Amino acid sequence: MIGDTPAPAAAPYSGNAVEGQGLVKNFGGFRAVDGIDIAVPAGAIYGILGPNGAGKTTLLRTLLGIVDPDEGHRTLLGAEQPLRMARQVGYLPEERGLYPSMKAFEAIAFMGALRGLPLAEGRRRARAMLEGHGMGASADKPIRQLSKGMAQTVQLFGTIIHEPRLIVLDEPFSGLDAINQEKLEALIREQARRGVTILFSTHVIAHAERLCERIAIVAGGRIRFEGTPGEARDRLRPQVRLRTRMVDGAWRGALPPDTMAQDGAWHFALPEEGIEPLLRALIDDAAGIESLSIERPGLHDAFVAIAGADAARAMDAPVEEEEDA
Amino acid sequence: MTALWRAAFVIARRDFAAVVLSRTFLFFLLGPLLPILIGFAFGGLGDKISSTDLRPVIGVAMPAQDNAAIGRAHGRLSERMGDKAIARIRLLPPTNDPRGLLARPDSGAVAILTGTLARPLLTGKAEDLDRLQGDVSLIATAALAERTLHFVPVARQEVATSLGAQAQGRLLVGRVAQVIMFFLTILLAGMILSNLVEEKTNKIIEILAAAVPIDAIFLGKLMAMLAMSFVGIAFWGSAAFAVFAALGGQPAALPEPAVGWPAFLILAILYFAMAYTLLGSLFLGIGAQAATVREVQTLNMPITMGQMLIFFFASYAVEHPGSRAEIAACIFPWSSPFAMIVRAGQEAALWPHLVALFWQALFVGVIIRVGVVLFRRHVMQSGGRWWKNLFRPATG
Repeated sequence: MIGDTPAPAAAPYSGNAVEGQGLVKNFGGFRAVDGIDIAVPAGAIYGILGPNGAGKTTLLRTLLGIVDPDEGHRTLLGAEQPLRMARQVGYLPEERGLYPSMKAFEAIAFMGALRGLPLAEGRRRARAMLEGHGMGASADKPIRQLSKGMAQTVQLFGTIIHEPRLIVLDEPFSGLDAINQEKLEALIREQARRGVTILFSTHVIAHAERLCERIAIVAGGRIRFEGTPGEARDRLRPQVRLRTRMVDGAWRGALPPDTMAQDGAWHFALPEEGIEPLLRALIDDAAGIESLSIERPGLHDAFVAIAGADAARAMDAPVEEEEDA
Repeated sequence: MTALWRAAFVIARRDFAAVVLSRTFLFFLLGPLLPILIGFAFGGLGDKISSTDLRPVIGVAMPAQDNAAIGRAHGRLSERMGDKAIARIRLLPPTNDPRGLLARPDSGAVAILTGTLARPLLTGKAEDLDRLQGDVSLIATAALAERTLHFVPVARQEVATSLGAQAQGRLLVGRVAQVIMFFLTILLAGMILSNLVEEKTNKIIEILAAAVPIDAIFLGKLMAMLAMSFVGIAFWGSAAFAVFAALGGQPAALPEPAVGWPAFLILAILYFAMAYTLLGSLFLGIGAQAATVREVQTLNMPITMGQMLIFFFASYAVEHPGSRAEIAACIFPWSSPFAMIVRAGQEAALWPHLVALFWQALFVGVIIRVGVVLFRRHVMQSGGRWWKNLFRPATG
């Protein structure tokens, strides 16, 4: 139901679409955001990765001006008061919210009207959007009669109906089935192609890996890494997987100290001096190489290395009913 | 500022449509008509009851000549003082046993007058004697002086207006407007308490807060509820007028308020709007802190009591024009509309009303701002210094 939504070309914006310096946000004694610096380049697809409770939602809410930080300052599309740029921003919160008695097309138009789009134009666009995505029959139905996925789509349309220059999505893939996740990815790419800056949070690394030009890995209210996914992966050396016919021999002295045996194979990070010294030892000792693979680490491995195994386990935990800090 | 009002209008339009286009709004409109209908139904019964003469009856059981004199005197006094001014009498055969007569179920009297005109004796319970003794004395005196008592004729000098009567009439008009305003406010403003609960329970508040200033949300909700109130008032007013006209009622000749009827009606509308928004903004601020409908329901009673206190204060104050209480009631924002509408009935100057309306509007702004700061701080858990937020532009 999502995807291929025509988006207008956004007006070019030089510099960073979103910036935050030294942002701190406490809830009572709990520090949800702990001195975060962030810069989202204009036109980029930027992902914020982190487990539940990492501070992603609070960071987004702070950047959008929904809450004020206790310390630090932020700019949104160049404005220090984020709400001044509200007409150029679209926001999909993690906790989806719609008036249950409102008709689908009215809900979309209402969200556009909140961002300055005239109601009549909003209604026209809303109907076109819904019809364009095979939801024309649901346009006049109250939200309470729509399925969860359809309601989410309605809210997403409401987020982009006013053709914003910056779209902020908090866990946008949560609650969507695989097909709609793919459509949402397509929509994000389409918007980005037109120059719209996309900032989204996710706990699913695969989405960030496929979509993002830059990512920030957040854990414990702090940014542990900021850069491209490639740079994150480059933090780890390539992983070597070696299987030999001989179990023992002098060649084992050439294996790096961090080598682990698992599933009948040796696993270790590619040594700084390269694989050649080990290969020489294997051949000289006739260890019999059954298979040897050198793989570039994935973003998940990088995440584990950067944020820690606990954070990675939290990323893998089900999140549907949990609430981010 | 334009953006703030535009955003408030978007919120107001949504809320207004959501309320007015719902089925429950019909019940809301019809609800207040029920007491009116019941009033009409029971009004007829009430009229019958009130037309029944419940004045006490004195049984007169004197010798026949005295009985006749008492009867004539009672007739003359009733003619001069009005039918209901003195106790009724019932002429009975003479008796020396008034106690026995009172003990009979068919006596139909609360007291028995025996003896003679010169020495009348009234028999009855103490409390009945207390209230009838004076009447009997007056009737007996008039009967004794039957031939010599002449009523002094009073000459008439008519004037077109009486300032005393006019002042009383104008006070009455002001008080009627005050009571109507109070009932409409107490009927309608309480609904605002639960106004933000929907947004909070449906998680819509996040979308609103990201798109528009919280001030605009508060303002929009107040505007919607005020507009809804005007729809209700127009409906109830029309219904009441239609029933009144259908029953062939004639408008009573009410004295014209000091500011004139057109200005008075405009001021009544403006003061109702101010009373409503002053209380509404307070209720909205308080209700916004409530997390659940249950909490809102719990808040309802103390808030209604608070409203009544304000009304009593304003009512007391206008009974003492020029007193410190009246000045205080005019200045205290929540009682100001109720006190000023009475003033509009009594004093012709318009400028105090312009000052009062500005003062009240200023307070609406202050209350909304304080409510917004508290909402951002306690509900949205936003940071920053509260005193800085208090003076921050609403668009930020």
